[in-house]
Amino acid sequence: MHLILFLVFAGFCLVGAINLLLQSHPINSALSLIVVMVSLAVLYLLLGAEFLAAAQVIVYAGAIMVLFTFVIMLLNASREERTLGSRAALRVGFPSVVAILAIIATVILHTQGLGVARLSDGITSTEELSAVLFTKLLLPFEVTSVLILIAILGAVALAGHDARDPQGIRERTGGK
Amino acid sequence: MTIVQFILWSVLKVAVVTVVMLLAVAYTVLLERKLVGRIQNRWGPSRVGPFGLLQPLVDGAKSFLKEDIIPTGVYRPLYLIAPILALGCALISIGVVPFGVPVSVAGSPPLFQIANVNIGLLVILAVTSIGVYGIALAGWSSNSKYSLLGALRSSAQLVSYELALGLSLVGVVLRAGSLNLRVIVEQQATQGMLSWNVFGGMQFVAFFIYLMAAYAETNRSPFDLPEAESELTGGYHTEYSSMKFAMFFMAEYANMITVGCVATLLFFGGWTSPFGDLIPPFENVFFDAGLSLFWFVLKVFSFLFLYVWVRGTLPRFRYDQLMNFGWRWLMPLAILNIVATSLWLAYR
Repeated sequence: MHLILFLVFAGFCLVGAINLLLQSHPINSALSLIVVMVSLAVLYLLLGAEFLAAAQVIVYAGAIMVLFTFVIMLLNASREERTLGSRAALRVGFPSVVAILAIIATVILHTQGLGVARLSDGITSTEELSAVLFTKLLLPFEVTSVLILIAILGAVALAGHDARDPQGIRERTGGK
Repeated sequence: MTIVQFILWSVLKVAVVTVVMLLAVAYTVLLERKLVGRIQNRWGPSRVGPFGLLQPLVDGAKSFLKEDIIPTGVYRPLYLIAPILALGCALISIGVVPFGVPVSVAGSPPLFQIANVNIGLLVILAVTSIGVYGIALAGWSSNSKYSLLGALRSSAQLVSYELALGLSLVGVVLRAGSLNLRVIVEQQATQGMLSWNVFGGMQFVAFFIYLMAAYAETNRSPFDLPEAESELTGGYHTEYSSMKFAMFFMAEYANMITVGCVATLLFFGGWTSPFGDLIPPFENVFFDAGLSLFWFVLKVFSFLFLYVWVRGTLPRFRYDQLMNFGWRWLMPLAILNIVATSLWLAYR
């Protein structure tokens, strides 16, 4: 049962990812990315990480991708132009992708002490997850949250109007 | 219980809940038309059947039989997917809602709930956040300026108010110590009305934030800018006709019902009686189950009533007012509520 579900959703995930690259219209690519995210959430669920699955759907599929589609709709981006691809991409790009994948795979396979999760594992409850997050991994967790806070402040500072020009008149008129 | 039995029971429960839900949606529409009629000093539908009670069925038949027009300029695949997505997401989230006390008959899994999930609350939030795509894609694929504006407004509004909505629920989760909807209800079941989160749990601020954010999430008045008739003709579903339009309509009312269910479960003690043990429980399983179902339906009904009442009373917000209200008032208030609740729980 777990295996069948895994195969189905891993298949969805791969098809979505390939479709994301092949589609020429940005909105279709964005929708394929949503399919990838949601199928990844199901895979997390199969590994017993229910909170992670829900967070994946809420944050990635529900919030970030909504912004993506929002921007695509707002700019009314149209079809991209097809080219035959540059020679540089063919000669350097593909071999380096293979090399990077190989390096990552060997590093992961040879590292000791990584946790192991099986498809039929029991569900890790939110309590257990938060206990680990707020005791063992407290420092990385807090550092990440500060990082996100800095990013938010930066975004507000960049997007916000000048303090001397609250209405943004100077920006709109080009300084006149 | 074998896996075949489990699947059969699940299919049965899903079928029953879907039928009841669709009927509830149909009659919520009638409720709205009748009530708004009375608020505006007229009768509302009164010709089809006694008191107009058959009106929803006739309306349904009408939408089925109407010609289904697909405009030439639309982007077909997404135009066709959008209503399915909207209605599907609206109906899925009811799957984790518990309607009454856990009863099982002849070795069945507990009736009155399709799936008892540990993270029920998050599932509802997740499915709701996916539901945005139905509206966004409908607006974009229609290739019409009114639809696009409606969809843009709707996505911006949903993303903004989802934050306040999620944050307002944290206080309740902190008190219950669980995301499981059953656990959250059982934690409020001890003292009747006094132990409900909205009164005894001191979560009334969270409740009002939830209510307002939920009105905005379901595109209901006074936050119904995505389908403001006077500015956008019909908003995101301007180009839809016949059953496809009806699907958006049904999705909106199904979302209203889900919001009512969630508010009932989280703040008003779910299926528990407001009188607690003042009325001793009957020693009959069926009677107790029926009574719990009665309280649940009554509470959800009062939320639907409130929805209609608000629609009949309040004018629509302006768009900048809506955004200011969501970001500058609701969200800080929700964060303050979380801080206050955590401090109280730590102090206790």
